[in-house]
Amino acid sequence: MKIIVCLKQVPNTNEVKIDSKTGTMIREGVPSIINPDDKNALEAALQLKEEKGASITLLTMGPPQADYALREALAMGADRAILLTDRAFAGADTWATSYTLAQAVKKIGQFDIIFCGRQAIDGDTAQVGPELAEHLDIPQVTYVKKILAVEKDKVVVERALEDGYEVVEAQLPVLLTAVKELNTPRYPSAYGIVAAFDEKEVETWTAETIGGNPEKLGLKGSPTQVKRSFAPKAKEAGVIIKGTAKEAVQVLRQELLAKHVL
Amino acid sequence: MDFELTKKQEMFRTLFQEFAEKEVAPKAFEIDENGEFPWDTVKKMGKLGFLGLPFTKEYGGAGADTLTYIMAVEEISRACAATGVILSAHVSLGCHPIYQFGTPQQKEKYLVPMAKGELLGAFGLTEPNAGTDAAGQQTAAVLDGDAYILNGTKIFITNGGCADVYIVFAMTDPAKGLKGISAFIVEKGTPGFTFGPKEHKMGIRASSTTELIFQDCRIPKENLLGKEGDGFKIAMQTLDGGRIGIAAQALGIAQAALDECVRYTKERQQFNKPLSNFQAIQWMIADMATDIDAARFLVYRAAVLKDKKKPFSKEAAMAKLFASEAAMKHTVKAVQIHGGYGYMKEYKVERLMRDAKITEIYEGTSEVQRMVIAGNTLK
Ligand SMILES: Cc1cc2nc3c(=O)[nH]c(=O)nc-3n(C[C@H](O)[C@H](O)[C@H](O)COP(=O)(O)OP(=O)(O)OC[C@H]3O[C@@H](n4cnc5c(N)ncnc54)[C@H](O)[C@@H]3O)c2cc1C
Ligand SMILES: Cc1cc2nc3c(=O)[nH]c(=O)nc-3n(C[C@H](O)[C@H](O)[C@H](O)COP(=O)(O)OP(=O)(O)OC[C@H]3O[C@@H](n4cnc5c(N)ncnc54)[C@H](O)[C@@H]3O)c2cc1C
Repeated sequence: MKIIVCLKQVPNTNEVKIDSKTGTMIREGVPSIINPDDKNALEAALQLKEEKGASITLLTMGPPQADYALREALAMGADRAILLTDRAFAGADTWATSYTLAQAVKKIGQFDIIFCGRQAIDGDTAQVGPELAEHLDIPQVTYVKKILAVEKDKVVVERALEDGYEVVEAQLPVLLTAVKELNTPRYPSAYGIVAAFDEKEVETWTAETIGGNPEKLGLKGSPTQVKRSFAPKAKEAGVIIKGTAKEAVQVLRQELLAKHVL
Repeated sequence: MDFELTKKQEMFRTLFQEFAEKEVAPKAFEIDENGEFPWDTVKKMGKLGFLGLPFTKEYGGAGADTLTYIMAVEEISRACAATGVILSAHVSLGCHPIYQFGTPQQKEKYLVPMAKGELLGAFGLTEPNAGTDAAGQQTAAVLDGDAYILNGTKIFITNGGCADVYIVFAMTDPAKGLKGISAFIVEKGTPGFTFGPKEHKMGIRASSTTELIFQDCRIPKENLLGKEGDGFKIAMQTLDGGRIGIAAQALGIAQAALDECVRYTKERQQFNKPLSNFQAIQWMIADMATDIDAARFLVYRAAVLKDKKKPFSKEAAMAKLFASEAAMKHTVKAVQIHGGYGYMKEYKVERLMRDAKITEIYEGTSEVQRMVIAGNTLK
């Protein structure tokens, strides 16, 4: 079985501060980590590797420093790592990102499952996975919280919903996006870390390597433009009206009348 | 001089911190209270390769360097000093003498499973009447056909009773004094080899400390480590390396004291101000932070010298002396900074102060470290 895991190196948003004047993230000095959901995606792939035997290829688009995130994922047990890095990729929105990833997947060739995280903690759009499936014209299941079966030509998974889950069966090849409930990512082992630096390699691919339409890459290929970003005002605390439903409605009605809402 | 860690070392450090925070710290209070050996944590460390960090792959190790191993002891001790010494005694005192002096057969049989974390190691040098004066060994080993017969008692042995493999020192030729001491690899379960009860200790209570008792215990001849008469040299060279481990344990304890003080002094208010606003407190914190950095440089330097296969005996002694005395001094200050709360078991600094003391005693007391340093400086 051949598995591709898409992962993104992100600033550890727990430690990020927002510049109150510009409304943008202060990235300096913030440690980079593997996007948390992507670790769940990788863990799912590693478990399949242990159960059924599989080769795991990592794919990331990012600056040269993303090499570190790939090494960490190699240390956890992945087999091959590809870093898509090129000035031409810079300024990509989710559409250009997913187009770039799709070109790379086509170049990798045959695969059975692509795992993505549900969403990245910095961009938070949850768009890249689904868009990638569309570019490749394969089925997708998002919010996977449990894998029930993986067979020769299909998967059966539980897909998380707001108030429950649904069981979805999909044909291979398929793209799955992982939520954190799916599993607990393992620690890289000492053996794994040494192997990741001394024995395994990170392949670097550029725009030229993946081919395709250069107009669809990076800023040029990005229909989304960020006009302004800002930190939302903190919400004021609400009022809880106690009592039976009937009493509470009465109180609420009075309040709304007093405020001329009704 | 290069003070930067490599990317690989950085990744290791992050791993040790995460492991210490998630797996070690949550249990530290309870295992200290109960004096309970943390088997579960030791097994997890074994699986992840921590118990064989500095040994090459051919011997079951992870193939990392000494500095990486030292950072593991530091970070784990920062969460729980008892777990830290279990790691240090296993790697530096149990495995290392076999790595350095063992035959290929001994390495295959003992070092490989030890480095993989399948067997735990220990080191038995100290005797009731041979402490600082380790040359005064009274345990005797007499050759009888294809085996040595061991008689005697070792005292205060870390991992005693829990370890599977013991490096034991005994007199094979009393007439030769120092040169009459030999080292043996002894398996737990060998007839004639038993343990005393677990000692009740002031600190590092979750580590096991026991007597090793040998009564006509037959050790196969092939378990002699090095040659007959090499024992004292093996012990001293092993302790040189071990001291870097204990220095790292002390460093971890001191760092933990600083961590606690930084957090506490920002939270605790007196006179409508956080404690961190008082200059008397700030100066204690400044001294603590400075000594910890100085200790870290000494400890890492000793580790790097060992990795470069340069002499490190004096530097290891300096690292252990400075780090352990800094740990003791600043854990006392940390309790002071916490006031009455610091005297209560619910606060980590109470344990840190008890744990710090041992680092000035074992693997050579501070007095011994000063002798080593003076000996090297005045020669
Ligand atoms: C320098 C820079 C400039 C940018 N400029 C713009 C801009 O001009 N306009 C704009 O709209 N956005 C811009 N972005 C944001 C960028 O579009 C998104 O960060 C990116 O497309 C991923 O989207 P997301 O973070 O919402 O990820 P999500 O869609 O939430 O991620 C879901 C999953 O997709 C996969 N994934 C996401 N990104 C990658 C990746 N790079 N490599 C491999 N797998 C991945 C992971 O598995 C991840 O868990 C910029 C980002 C950077 C870093
Ligand atoms: C918890 C614990 C774990 C231990 N683990 C191990 C272990 O795993 N393996 C092992 O072999 N041993 C172990 N030890 C033993 C430890 O190494 C010894 O306790 C230590 O070396 C001191 O020996 P001693 O206790 O006999 O003290 P003594 O040698 O009696 O020393 C008493 C005091 O006299 C001082 N002193 C002695 N001689 C001199 C001198 N010439 N000049 C100046 N001062 C001197 C000492 O510094 C000390 O302050 C452990 C001890 C403890 C408490």
